[in-house]
Amino acid sequence: MALSTDILRRTPLYALHLELGGKMVPFAGYEMPVQYPAGILREHLHTREKCGLFDVSHMGQAFLSGDMAALERVTPADVAGLKEGMQRYGLLLTPAGTIMDDFMFSRLAGEADLYLVVNAGTKEADFAYISEKLKGAATLMPRLDRALLALQGPAAAQVLERHSPGISDLTFMKVARATLAGVPAIISRTGYTGEDGFEISIEGSDAEYVARAFLGEAEVMPIGLGARDSLRLEAGLCLYGHDMDENTNPVEANLVWSIGKRRREVQDFPAGAKIMDLVANGTPTKRVGIRPEGRAPAREGTEITDKSGRIIGKITSGGFGPSLNAPVAMGYVESAFAADGTALDLMVRGKLLPATVTRMPFVPHTYRR
Amino acid sequence: MSEVRYTDQHEWIRLEGDEATIGITKFAAESLGDVVFVELPASGKAVVAGGEAAVVESVKAASDIYAPAGGTVTIANSMLEAAPSKVNEDPEGEGWFFKIKLSNKDEFTKLMDAVAYAKFVGSL
Repeated sequence: MALSTDILRRTPLYALHLELGGKMVPFAGYEMPVQYPAGILREHLHTREKCGLFDVSHMGQAFLSGDMAALERVTPADVAGLKEGMQRYGLLLTPAGTIMDDFMFSRLAGEADLYLVVNAGTKEADFAYISEKLKGAATLMPRLDRALLALQGPAAAQVLERHSPGISDLTFMKVARATLAGVPAIISRTGYTGEDGFEISIEGSDAEYVARAFLGEAEVMPIGLGARDSLRLEAGLCLYGHDMDENTNPVEANLVWSIGKRRREVQDFPAGAKIMDLVANGTPTKRVGIRPEGRAPAREGTEITDKSGRIIGKITSGGFGPSLNAPVAMGYVESAFAADGTALDLMVRGKLLPATVTRMPFVPHTYRR
Repeated sequence: MSEVRYTDQHEWIRLEGDEATIGITKFAAESLGDVVFVELPASGKAVVAGGEAAVVESVKAASDIYAPAGGTVTIANSMLEAAPSKVNEDPEGEGWFFKIKLSNKDEFTKLMDAVAYAKFVGSL
């Protein structure tokens, strides 16, 4: 389903973004702040040092009711085995076993429904696909009216604790309903920055009130999409539509860890036998982390060559890592060149830029396990 | 006595004698955001008016810098290699990119002056 290209949607925090001086850009059908007056570098560093507030209300939230295990028809993640109060990462697979999206799913304590969060740009297609594949077993209820905020960084827990006492008892990948500044929320200890932090789902009508409560805390700065991208790239996290898409399988994308143990044995997910064969025998290419030498970033689409000049792959995400004060990238290379430490060249503006395959994350995760 | 002119691509060029200093305007620096890398032309390189002469990379994206007028590069601002943030801090001063020996003064004279450039920026 195509989005209308002319009419951009707005999140419940649109007016607040403008008030904060956000530079609004079109993103996944929404008008979103790419940065605020502080700029991407400062926003990025502030998130790693203290705490950043992100509006991610454009992402797709939904509840799945009925037989939740039926979701295993479209994902290789272990859904049936998910315990109450836990969140998990999953891939949404096409019937051919390629990646249609990645998403988070949670089981709230004492509730029968599964809570899902999918990517903004793919949400209509995802929801239609899931609904169709689960017909008769489970019903998907998209909640486009809800807002989603992320509070990320080393001070996130102490900030959130002030507004929702006891919430810092949640550890990484746990989820709970809680009262936040007096309003109902679904809070999970996750994020997309590599830092400790939380994702907070609230009613759209409560979003501005909650965001202002966070922004009133000395540690908190609003963070735009620009820093969100540089933070997730340093953390080695994939961006759908760039680092993987419908032409990529979970094995070459290096996301086999998201396939449940039981699922690997039974192979009962889309193209399960084919994917498990790739796990056993390898893929022609692999997603790797890459550090270019010097300061010049290698952007998405940059060709990767071996030391003899033969093209062996392409950069899928590339930019500057403010915490490393150096360029960082990820991309796909022929599997023979995927080992950490492999020397490569990147074709940047007609010149070969030396680079090295580097283990990700580039900046260590600080999740509170 | 120096004269400054501007291009519609948001470069500035300041002429002193037959040597001209080139950089990007405050408007351009603000639009780019935080500059993290600058690729500068080598001394002796010939540049033509409107031709690619340098590259500036912000956290977000790479942008080409065009020579406002033709000539031969005499020196590049090597300070930007270690401190690219100078482009944001002082784009029309210490954040200059390179100097050229101007080959045709007419190419300079026909560019926008400060008043015309301010009007142009106001219209964007």
